[in-house]
Amino acid sequence: MNAIAAPTLAQVLDHPGIWRRSAERQPRVRALPTGWESLDAKLPGGGWPQGALSEILFEHDGLGELDLVMPALATLTQEHRRVIFVAPPYLPYAPALVAAGVDLRFLHEIHAGSTEAAWSMEQCLRSGCCGAVVGWLPDIDYRSLRRLQLAAESGDACAMIFRPAQHAAHNSPAALRLKVSNSDEATYVDVLKSRGLLTTTAPLLRMRA
Amino acid sequence: MLWACLRFPGLAFSAAFAATPEAGPSALLDNRARKRVIAAVSPEAADAGVKRGQSLAAARALCPSLAVRPRDRAAEARLLAELAAWCYQFSGHVSLIPPNALLMEAGASLRLFDGWPVLAARLKEGLAAQGHAYTIAAAPFAAAAWVFAATSDGMVLPQPEGVVRMLGTLTLAQSGLPSSTVKALSSMGFRRMDDVFRLPRPELTRRIGRDGIEWLDRLRGHTSHVLPAWQPPADFRQRIEFDSELDGSQPLLFPLRRLTRSLANLLAARDGGVQRFVLTLEHARGQVTHVTVAMAAPQRDAERLFELARTRLERTTLPAPARGMELHAEQLPMFRPPVRDLFEPVHGDGLDWPTLDERLRARLGDAALRQIALIADHRPERASRYGTPTTLVLPESRRRPLWLLPRPLIMRPDPVAVLAGPERIESGWWDGHDTRRDYYIVRTAHGQRAWAYLPSGTLDGWMLHGWFA
Repeated sequence: MNAIAAPTLAQVLDHPGIWRRSAERQPRVRALPTGWESLDAKLPGGGWPQGALSEILFEHDGLGELDLVMPALATLTQEHRRVIFVAPPYLPYAPALVAAGVDLRFLHEIHAGSTEAAWSMEQCLRSGCCGAVVGWLPDIDYRSLRRLQLAAESGDACAMIFRPAQHAAHNSPAALRLKVSNSDEATYVDVLKSRGLLTTTAPLLRMRA
Repeated sequence: MLWACLRFPGLAFSAAFAATPEAGPSALLDNRARKRVIAAVSPEAADAGVKRGQSLAAARALCPSLAVRPRDRAAEARLLAELAAWCYQFSGHVSLIPPNALLMEAGASLRLFDGWPVLAARLKEGLAAQGHAYTIAAAPFAAAAWVFAATSDGMVLPQPEGVVRMLGTLTLAQSGLPSSTVKALSSMGFRRMDDVFRLPRPELTRRIGRDGIEWLDRLRGHTSHVLPAWQPPADFRQRIEFDSELDGSQPLLFPLRRLTRSLANLLAARDGGVQRFVLTLEHARGQVTHVTVAMAAPQRDAERLFELARTRLERTTLPAPARGMELHAEQLPMFRPPVRDLFEPVHGDGLDWPTLDERLRARLGDAALRQIALIADHRPERASRYGTPTTLVLPESRRRPLWLLPRPLIMRPDPVAVLAGPERIESGWWDGHDTRRDYYIVRTAHGQRAWAYLPSGTLDGWMLHGWFA
């Protein structure tokens, strides 16, 4: 009597090490809804990936790049989870933050130079007590980005980093890369890279009329 | 009652060498009848042949590299009090027996600590971690425990009969009687305590005096022995003076670790925490550097206190080498351990916010961490400031930018289109910061949306004040 039955093909394919590319077998991505429906529809999991680094590349200040992340951050603070701004380039303005729905009691700002900023961002991500950590680190290198990505994984926090658009051509370990640009008086969001997304050419998304 | 006695034979040595331990052979000096003699030696020095009671010259001849230090009785008393503080976590009644012993009532704590073996193991573990050698014994009578701690380490005699039998086997020299009494008794032909106990009481009193008989009664539990109970102090102040000047923060870490550990011991005794303490570094010519260590919530873990103090110290630039260090904690508030949900998943390092906050403040400084508060003021610069946020203020109903420039800049080039406005903001005549501006939401040539203003009544001279990011 044969004690070990020969495995069927279906059993073999159930092995966790085998990933089949098909619509219903997409890897599950836990995500935080962005608050922008058309953007959510494009992202795997329907939002900002949890426990991963998202990179937002923007051409100029004032294109609506912060509007892109505000709804998700506001939701986090309303759930009494902490949101940390690391080295913002300007003063985060309370009236607009409150109008966007942010509970200021759960928003913290860390004022730091570029090396200290990367360190504090990593500490916050790793700690496991922050909902989201948003950093403005224009000069960060690949190694530090990788550290942030790992820290976000270990602390299960949402990491977001804002960088100038000229870095779009460079390699990045971020799970999600968005580019915010402007043409014809409107702002467009372009998904440059997204872990777990099958279609590689996502059409541009018009954000601000 | 079960009295546990802890004797620390190396206490004088540790107290004198607390600030800067010697790596090589070292010895302690004592002034005995105007002669300087060796009082205690380190194992390395003992290997070289240095012994207790030798003169300094003899010891130096045997071991030229011998490092000697005078005995510091004040430091010994402080170290003993610190050990009492640590022992206070095991018993409510701890008594100091100078120069180097502690008595604690362990009978009432046995149930809590699950019996003597467990309690003894915890004492052993804790004292080993602090690097103190000790001997221990327990008996129903304090005096007997004190005697046994010197003669038979680790002995526990819960029954009075056993104590009396054991005392009988001791020699006179081990009995704790004054040496003159011991000498007198042995010249009378007594050898062991048994012989002394057998003597009729009036005879014995005539020979060894009231004090001697009182001591024998205490040993056997015939009279009660009242011991003053040690009380934990309400604040903490401890100072270590260095033999030489220490330069840079690295050599200061050893004394710092000692200070924070003894602070933690006191905190454990008081069942309290510390939220703020000051490290004072003393330099030459009376110059001092203060390093304040503040925490978000009371702490008492020795390792954590040390880490926090260390990061603060490393960030401080010292103007000159340090000669001494003092740690002062004025207030020791209640300590409440953090409450965690049993089923809450722990992510990453599993820190809570106060711990993370402290870690960041320790490295970046207090000013680096801030929160944003909304203020009820129409002037844009004053509607938002760094401070503690409240939920009481309602925001402006008009659109406001997420980024505000620290101060308005002249806008170049001029905006290409006005999207909304003007909004006249005119306020502040009462405090001398009168503002009269017409604000517009404008678009630049790059498609950026900006919050810009014109001085009221003009159509030229755009000032950029914020970005609708």
